[in-house]
Amino acid sequence: MQTPTDRKYAETHEWHKLDGDVLTLGLTQFAVDELTDITYVQMNDVGSAVEAGGNVGEVESVKTTSDVYCVVGGEVIEVNGELEDSPELLNSDPFEAGWLIKIRVSDAAGMDGLMDAEAYEKSCGN
Amino acid sequence: MIHTPLKAFHEEYGARFVEYAGWEMPVSYTSIHEEHNQVRSSGGIFDVSHMGRIHVKGRHARKLLERLCSRRISDMKQGQCRYTLICNAQGGVQDDVIVMRMEEDDFLVVVNASNREKILKHFNTIQAENQDRATIEDQTLKTAMVAIQGPNVIDMIAKISSEIPTLKRYRFTIKNLMILKVIIARTGYTGEDGVEVIIPSNMVSMAMKLLLKDFDTKSPDAPIKPAGLGSRDTLRLEAGMPLYGHELGEDICALSCGLDFAITLDKDEDENGIPFIGMEALKKIAADGGPAQRLVGIKLDGKRTARQGNIINLKDTPIGIVSSACLSPTLGFPIAMGFVDAQHAESGTAIQIDTGRAPLDAELVPLPFYKKPKKVPVASA
Repeated sequence: MQTPTDRKYAETHEWHKLDGDVLTLGLTQFAVDELTDITYVQMNDVGSAVEAGGNVGEVESVKTTSDVYCVVGGEVIEVNGELEDSPELLNSDPFEAGWLIKIRVSDAAGMDGLMDAEAYEKSCGN
Repeated sequence: MIHTPLKAFHEEYGARFVEYAGWEMPVSYTSIHEEHNQVRSSGGIFDVSHMGRIHVKGRHARKLLERLCSRRISDMKQGQCRYTLICNAQGGVQDDVIVMRMEEDDFLVVVNASNREKILKHFNTIQAENQDRATIEDQTLKTAMVAIQGPNVIDMIAKISSEIPTLKRYRFTIKNLMILKVIIARTGYTGEDGVEVIIPSNMVSMAMKLLLKDFDTKSPDAPIKPAGLGSRDTLRLEAGMPLYGHELGEDICALSCGLDFAITLDKDEDENGIPFIGMEALKKIAADGGPAQRLVGIKLDGKRTARQGNIINLKDTPIGIVSSACLSPTLGFPIAMGFVDAQHAESGTAIQIDTGRAPLDAELVPLPFYKKPKKVPVASA
């Protein structure tokens, strides 16, 4: 598994990439492999507030429906519109084209509790 | 965990495995939807070795199976397969199986993986109760089973056998391929034409090479590619075929599953007729106006998928429960099956499904969702 080292990882399999005060969030390869084919993505609306550790949307797959969580607080500034018509992007490119949501961060404290790529891979049993 | 004899084959094709009924089975190789579309458009090959294969043989084999099966067995011809239910005394479903008549007193029964041990025990109990002279042998681990399914499959097989394409639906033949004894049946669980093949376990690698030698299954436009249990499930759901643990179960009345063709309630009325276990209970249910619930097809609005166990509401009143659901890869909208109160089972009824998240608008529709297109004969010039 190629896990990018430019971002941090939650136990719930979201990657968090902080760039200035903008956080981009997505699911890891491990997560999408476990979910199998993604069929539907619903992220919270642009402009809505995000609570640190709160739910920012849902991802549905052939297998199950999962909540997506974000460790930082702030405001949703963009969601990945490509996923509406092509949810399979999340399976084929979860770390880049399959990103889920962008958040303007007001509370970044949660980032400190995240894992780096190596620790995350270990936690997945690799 | 039991490993299939085709484990090496799956690994070679990069399978992702899941545990299913105690077996380690491939869920998919590339993606579930890709494999689904491959089967609908051309052909796929599934490992179904986890399905139970129980041999019933001997002077009383027919009598024993007549008692166990919801359809007649004695009138089956050699080389014929028959889909039937195994019911409990209350008329619930213990399993749905395919009986294959090998010889006059020799049958092979293909059962669901999750029910293999239960059904073996049931067969042995009923045999002992009636002191039937029959041997019941579980051949599951001695054999492998693959399903090759899709619109191009029979044409591909025609290149290696002239006999198999002449088999009618629900017939089988036994072929001696080199030194292998191979059972090939024109059956399947995808809604497509195709075959299911039973091969001795220790020969399966060689048999797969022989079967696939003319097809480059690794090329991107291969006519036949490996497909996993994930797509098997979405394919059977589009085809409206029930799955044990979803549409069939011990507490689900056999008459509610849309399988009346597989339930012969007057089975005991002809000469030497034998009633099947559960028949009396089902006759009573039929006489009292039929089962309380009915299996229905459901077409959902939007793109969200319902899940097994979701409640079905009619104007805020619960009328049933979802048994299976997926986003249909062929049709492009979400579909589901479920049981609803018989008086509300009419197609066209607008319903809502409570997923525990947003409620989903949906409509009852006839089953199946998908029927394979009829082959159009090539017009002569």
